Amino acid sequence: MEDLINLTGFEIAQDIKKGQFNQEQVYTFFKDRIKRLDPSLKSFVELYQEPVCSEGSSALKGLPIAVKDNICIKGKKITCASKILSSHTAVYDASSVNLLKKAGLNIIGTTNMDEFAFGSSTENSCYGPTKNPWDTTRVVGGSSGGSAAAVAARLVPFALGSDTGGSIRQPASLCGVVGFKPTYGLVSRYGLVAFGSSLDQIGPITTNFIDCANLLNVICRPDNKDSTSADLEVPDFTKSLQNNVAGLKIGLPKEYFAEGLNPEIKEAVDAAISIFKKKKVKFIEISLPATEYAVATYYIIASSEASSNLQRFDGIKYGLRTPASSLRSLYAKSRQNGFGDEVKRRVFLGTYSLSSGYYEAYYLKALKVRRLIKKDFDKAFTEVDVILTPTSPTAAFRIGEKTQEPLSMYLSDIYTISANLAGLCAVSFPCGFTRDNLPVGVQLIGKEFDEAALIRLGFSYQNCTDFHKKIPPLAMKS
Amino acid sequence: MSDFETVIGLEVHTQLNTKSKIFCSCSTSFENRPNVNICPVCCGYPGTLPVFNKKVLDLAVRVCLALSCKINKTIYFERKNYFYPDLPKNYQISQYKMPLGEGGFLELSSKKIRINRIHMEEDAGKLVHKDDYSLVDFNRTGTPLLEIVSEPEINSPQEAFDYLNALKLILQYINVSDCDMEKGSLRCDANISLRKKGNTQLGTKVELKNMNTFKGARTALEFEIKRQTNVLNRGERIIQETRLWDTDKAKTTAMRTKEQAQDYRYFPEPDLLDFSVTKEVIEKEKNFIGELPLEKKKRFLKIYKISIKEVDIFINSPFLADFFEEVLKHYPKDQEVSNWFLGPFLEQVNTLGGKFDQIKISAHNFAKIIKYFCEGKINNLAAKKILSLSITTDDDIDAIIEKEKLIQISDRGELEAFIEEVVGLNPKPVQEYLEGKDKAIMFLVGQVMKKTKGKANPKITREMIERRVKK
Repeated sequence: MEDLINLTGFEIAQDIKKGQFNQEQVYTFFKDRIKRLDPSLKSFVELYQEPVCSEGSSALKGLPIAVKDNICIKGKKITCASKILSSHTAVYDASSVNLLKKAGLNIIGTTNMDEFAFGSSTENSCYGPTKNPWDTTRVVGGSSGGSAAAVAARLVPFALGSDTGGSIRQPASLCGVVGFKPTYGLVSRYGLVAFGSSLDQIGPITTNFIDCANLLNVICRPDNKDSTSADLEVPDFTKSLQNNVAGLKIGLPKEYFAEGLNPEIKEAVDAAISIFKKKKVKFIEISLPATEYAVATYYIIASSEASSNLQRFDGIKYGLRTPASSLRSLYAKSRQNGFGDEVKRRVFLGTYSLSSGYYEAYYLKALKVRRLIKKDFDKAFTEVDVILTPTSPTAAFRIGEKTQEPLSMYLSDIYTISANLAGLCAVSFPCGFTRDNLPVGVQLIGKEFDEAALIRLGFSYQNCTDFHKKIPPLAMKS
Repeated sequence: MSDFETVIGLEVHTQLNTKSKIFCSCSTSFENRPNVNICPVCCGYPGTLPVFNKKVLDLAVRVCLALSCKINKTIYFERKNYFYPDLPKNYQISQYKMPLGEGGFLELSSKKIRINRIHMEEDAGKLVHKDDYSLVDFNRTGTPLLEIVSEPEINSPQEAFDYLNALKLILQYINVSDCDMEKGSLRCDANISLRKKGNTQLGTKVELKNMNTFKGARTALEFEIKRQTNVLNRGERIIQETRLWDTDKAKTTAMRTKEQAQDYRYFPEPDLLDFSVTKEVIEKEKNFIGELPLEKKKRFLKIYKISIKEVDIFINSPFLADFFEEVLKHYPKDQEVSNWFLGPFLEQVNTLGGKFDQIKISAHNFAKIIKYFCEGKINNLAAKKILSLSITTDDDIDAIIEKEKLIQISDRGELEAFIEEVVGLNPKPVQEYLEGKDKAIMFLVGQVMKKTKGKANPKITREMIERRVKK
């Protein structure tokens, strides 16, 4: 069974169907890997001895899956890697979890993350940082770092993450896996603990596009519990697993290849462009002029929404309570003790941006810039089908390297943030390695609800490359 | 005579009577047990999302139309952020910049009060304070609430009282709220300021809260006028603040000043999409607005020959007004029918606890009772008895009369024997009557009534006794 780590999830599911092994054996195989390998990675928050599952069926039936610790699984702990929720048990299933169960998937546990998804390195976790399987002195990216690391180390065939400003794509890039952020509204947010409600989106982290398309087929469903869920007929994404991409037009935004991009990253991304060119994809240089304001805009909007979303964690109804003599100090002390530094920083930032007297200059201004960013994309997409950029300006940095410099940490998301602000779909997939053998990711950004184009390009790329098949040495130890 | 003019603006909150809450499917029914009608959504559990109950919009649109408001085409919700334990998310989903309705008015008999805005929001929960701790009940959390804000152009506590009553009546007429103040389904706050007569600029306002009844609001406003007048007469300035009305102590006390006022950090609710109020909804709701109280009053005064005082009683109860008109269709004698409504009928309603929900008698049967009485078929006592027997059952009137043997004895031959007997047995009252004491005859009539078990026709009995003793 050792060979399972070289198979796609889809292949394992077919083997189960054929009776080569049963799903209990598969579950045990991955559970044992987690027990053996995860102590050096810390990608899991909780490992379930018995799977959370129900009767159901799909092309992925019988496979284990890990879920980021900010998505509700009924009867299981949900902590968002925060002390304030460390004792909280979910009382209901997230809609996406419900769909996993209906697809016959076996939830194997929850994965580590930056507290409340605030971060780009999974260092802001009350459980401590997850380590990169390619180099355990380095970060995994974030905030869905646990999910990305677990998939990269083949501790699970795939996992769910959530992406508010790059939280699926950036860790996928730093860990060498495929991280897909669907169009805003395609996956229900019901049961995802909100960070930036107008930006959050659940998505799959997989090793390849076949699994990605199949998992998207499972989780993309209209949901009447989420008013922002798109009411449209979801296509069969596996139909986009096609080799022919000739004639597609890809835009290269010049702002994404400017200052700040590590030359080794650029090299790998350029190589990916060459491969697409060989496949007769047309490249056009485009401009997204509002890009320079994206990070600032994002941190105001996301933090403003977060400051309000996190108000419910007050020590009254659930979660950590620090007893105090008055109501006000109970609030203050519970939140002081329960939240980590980055959470406090963003709550302050968001509260300030929404305050009377500052609202117009910050929040309202940010909303206006957000519209400009969206307009840039709308215009670009009249010329091109898809936009290609690096996912992250650097490969995995060292643990602790940026924790004292929040601004430099925020810039890790400089290439991923705009897709969230514009509500577009985007994916990161591996396109090479640095000289230190650290994975590099390339990003494709698609039009609203044009997941198909990204899947097609990604699949055809993986058909003639093998970066996605590389497994970190640590994960191959028996 | 005071030199000051009073300026009052009112904020009324009314719960809308939808079956389920505004952002989840929990029931809105009133419960005595705490935390029964709750779910993860209305308790603000992590990961939950609101879904707007469109029925709330229907009722809210109806209110806007009834108060002649302009309805904004595109609507969105905003979050009002503040920490309080009765608010599980620590923000209230409300409307701020773009309310549902704007620029309407409410017509009182004396003047029109303009409505500034009407918006939808979710109600908070309830706190129960104990000695050294408090309990939270989330049953009420998420009940749809409508805030109706008047312009500051109410000029006296009595006018405020009239406004509140008129508003409540409209809400009842269009069937959007039970307006039960005891259950908290109707609540009001007031802004009040004074200014020198003739001034056009508004004075510093004080917000009054915690007035649990309309009468309480009137008393609180009267108190506040006196307090502010005294402050101004001393040459001091009014502090802009929120004051609480204390019913027991009959005074207002300062709660917080403007400086301590919260910054609610309103911003558009990202979990809900903008939506438009369609023409279809507006047209549909127009059909639910029947005749409003003031129109009904004008019509009643025009077509029914009853006093304005009587009309007011009917108008103040849509049930009574409708039933009155139904009965008139069967027996078109305005004054007689009105008398029976405002007398015996309301008496019966009072013995039933003052509510109309147990009333079953049909207009046809009620009209029959009144008709039989007016025609002398049954007497007053019998009619009241029949009413009491049929009011909650709608049993057949003729059957009751038959069963209870309540047909009035108007047959002179039949009555004669009773009269002979009574006159024979009571020589003293007969003597007194002959000596001019009119009252004595009532005693004799009463005796006949007793003998006939209340069935004697009193008019004929009296006439026969008079004729008999004068013989």
